[in-house]
Amino acid sequence: MSTINYSEMIPNNVDLAGDRTLQRALEQWQPNYLKWWADMGPDGAQDFDVYLRTAVSVEPGGWAHFDHVKMPDYRWGIFLAPSEAERKIHFGEHLGEPAWQDIPGEHRANLRRIIVTQGDTEPASVEQQRHLGLTCPSQYDLRNLFQVNVEEGRHLWAMVYLLHRYFGRDGREEAEELLQRRSGDTDNPRILGAFNEKTPDWLAFFMFTYFTDRDGKFQLCALAESSFDPLARTTKFMLTEEAHHMFVGESGVARVLQRTCDVMKRLETDDPARVRGEGAIDLPTIQRYLNFHFSVTVDLFGADQSSNAATFYNAGLKGRFEEGKRGDDHRLLDAQYGILEAVDGRLVQRDVPMLNALNEVLRDDYIKDSVSGIGRWNKVMEKAGVPFRLVVPHKAFNRKIGTLANTRVSPDGRVVDAAEWAAHEREWLATPEDRAFVASLMGRVVEPGRFANWIAPPPMGINKQPIDFQYVRFN
Amino acid sequence: MNAEATSVEVIRQHLIDPEICIRCNTCEETCPVDAITHDSRNYVVDAAKCNGCNACISPCPTGSIDNWRQVARVRAYTLDEQFAWDALPAQEDLGSGAAPEIPQDIARITAEASAGQGGAVAAPWSAAHPYVNLHTLASPALATVSGNFALTAPGASSDIRHIVIDFGATAFPVLEGQTIGIVPPGTDALGRPHHVRLYSIASPREGERPGYNNVALTVKRVTADHAGNAVAGVASNYLCDLAKGDTVEVVGPFGTSFLMPNHPGSSLLMICTGTGSAPMRAMTERRRRRIAQREGGELMLFFGARAAEELPYFGPLQKLPQDFIDINFAFSRVPGEPRRYVQDLIRRRGDDVARLLRDEHCYIYICGLKGMEEGVAEAFADVCRQRDLDWAALLPDLRAKGRYHLETY
Repeated sequence: MSTINYSEMIPNNVDLAGDRTLQRALEQWQPNYLKWWADMGPDGAQDFDVYLRTAVSVEPGGWAHFDHVKMPDYRWGIFLAPSEAERKIHFGEHLGEPAWQDIPGEHRANLRRIIVTQGDTEPASVEQQRHLGLTCPSQYDLRNLFQVNVEEGRHLWAMVYLLHRYFGRDGREEAEELLQRRSGDTDNPRILGAFNEKTPDWLAFFMFTYFTDRDGKFQLCALAESSFDPLARTTKFMLTEEAHHMFVGESGVARVLQRTCDVMKRLETDDPARVRGEGAIDLPTIQRYLNFHFSVTVDLFGADQSSNAATFYNAGLKGRFEEGKRGDDHRLLDAQYGILEAVDGRLVQRDVPMLNALNEVLRDDYIKDSVSGIGRWNKVMEKAGVPFRLVVPHKAFNRKIGTLANTRVSPDGRVVDAAEWAAHEREWLATPEDRAFVASLMGRVVEPGRFANWIAPPPMGINKQPIDFQYVRFN
Repeated sequence: MNAEATSVEVIRQHLIDPEICIRCNTCEETCPVDAITHDSRNYVVDAAKCNGCNACISPCPTGSIDNWRQVARVRAYTLDEQFAWDALPAQEDLGSGAAPEIPQDIARITAEASAGQGGAVAAPWSAAHPYVNLHTLASPALATVSGNFALTAPGASSDIRHIVIDFGATAFPVLEGQTIGIVPPGTDALGRPHHVRLYSIASPREGERPGYNNVALTVKRVTADHAGNAVAGVASNYLCDLAKGDTVEVVGPFGTSFLMPNHPGSSLLMICTGTGSAPMRAMTERRRRRIAQREGGELMLFFGARAAEELPYFGPLQKLPQDFIDINFAFSRVPGEPRRYVQDLIRRRGDDVARLLRDEHCYIYICGLKGMEEGVAEAFADVCRQRDLDWAALLPDLRAKGRYHLETY
């Protein structure tokens, strides 16, 4: 591998060509990465020519180079957003000091943990989605899936770059382990729960990219505030790609809703059974999928009170969402924040020190962002004249992490007993029968311009290409 | 501009489609002039700030960003109006008083061609004022073919032609680096009129023949698409087959940025492949005709082709004095010789290239196939790295000063 032409193979703006240590680390890791991609990347698709967007520089003009490429040949680059001259730390106890270009010794362990946790989600989602190509509803969607996959791969590269560049031997070992863990593996699972769940069908995939990749967005936004400048710049650039994943989710679900509304209007019915009979996904099933993915993702933000979160903030490792746009003192030593608790069968809000509640702060910002997109989904029904509206479940619903983990709460926010939960669980969360029905619709559609019966075509193609463009060439 | 003219001035207002936008904030993050903002409902563009640089277009994951409406400047949609939208408004009829807009097709082609320079670039400060869009698709200018000459040998693998068209009594003022649009007659297989194609002019402003109202084009007959499949290019075959005396419909001129400096002592660093040589020929010819003025400045040219036989203007270029222009040919398909590309020669001539990059009076022009962009940018970066220059920091400065111009296709 010593003859790698670095700027050609690995587009980068970190002077890879001039950094021998980094080259050696990557030369070790890259073949293992490609082996992981061959084993755990998109199933049976390694030979396809896919119309992918490759970033070749961080300039707006270098951002989106579209071409048909085989996924194993995708040029996974390493990019940091352009540096801000004399950037200052803008929160926590180091507020006002220059941002760190290297890692202060006392923060190594925590930063490593943050980077590894973030990095672990990237290959995990590729693993979760590896079989979806076999049941794609169209070439357009297949291409979008693969674009998401290669970008998750690039995000792994981004985190591995930080581990290799700044963490020495420990970092190299962590980078190897990122390729060893497997989503859903009982012996060596991925770190976070939601990344060990299955993504069995395309409705789940769209929900995942809408909800769970949005968690990614908020985590990256919080890290983009970091005092450790290379981490801040890396995550900032990753955000631009994360946006594409959320586009896939938001537009995907909207197109499913569109198709369902079309069927409902044609049949003049709101009977789920008749909608299913026409091969479309009924709206209550979509709501139950939504409830599941929302609640599982909300758990990803961690315990509502966390001393780690306080440490990370105070030390300047991880900020809040849009930290720079907030008007408070950015130290939060006296600030309070409301968290939910169940007291005497009711949910009540209790103020706690904000520093300890920063997971909850990020969770609430995430929820606000999620809710507005669901409002846009409801516009599809509104336009079609269908009275059904999707509803965001209460944030205490179906929680497995934090204070509310042992409390049963209905989607509308009432604490319920075991009997009531059991009586309604099948109305609230996607059932095995729901999943089996959705799975039964998942046939492979790959003729250019054709779409599976359960989903409407998109309003426009990728990169101004027509919708019937050959986005994937099967060789 | 007088007050009355201001009140009817029409702008192309940039808008975001709220039905397709996913509110991901990428555009707001990308915008170099902070023209994009949002509330809890919509992302919107401030017409007073947006300079149409298009930096936000390619990062947008949805395509919702690429919407434009012609409006009178004084009636541009306000931020509050945009915040309230559920859908984009239709294009309003502006009546007959409105100035013709640069056609969507042209704006799109131009934006794609210059995408590699990373956003809008100002013209050199000493460039002459360009006229644009004098002749529209609705009322094109009629030109007569006064010559059509082969630039490549009969046996060469490509057919490149030097075509001279004359506008007679019709005003069609052009500057070196500008483009004109040709609409091939007839319709495509689906019965739709053909799209307009843009060609850089290959002659200087005072005419291919000084004092005549004519321009020259460099046209390669397209016989295969980018993937190598046999395809007869509609416009290029139409142009290459024109005979003396035929008439052609022409729109334009277009282009307000890829223009040459005019001040004494200004230098040109030109990098091109194939028919990308057209604007370089125009600029070189402009300078050649003014040699007697002794205005100073240097010309340095990097010119790539598969072989000498396929290099348009190879003969005339070789006759130019060496102290007038420093020419570097790169041939990638000469039997028995290693493949050589323009980026290889840029690296080899690194000292002179770096000197010109540092020279505030040197302007850089790149024109040719899309594929050359990256190689050239990397060569510049390498040249800089080895000579204590930071390309990443230099490039924005070059752009801001109108010193870096790129057109690729």
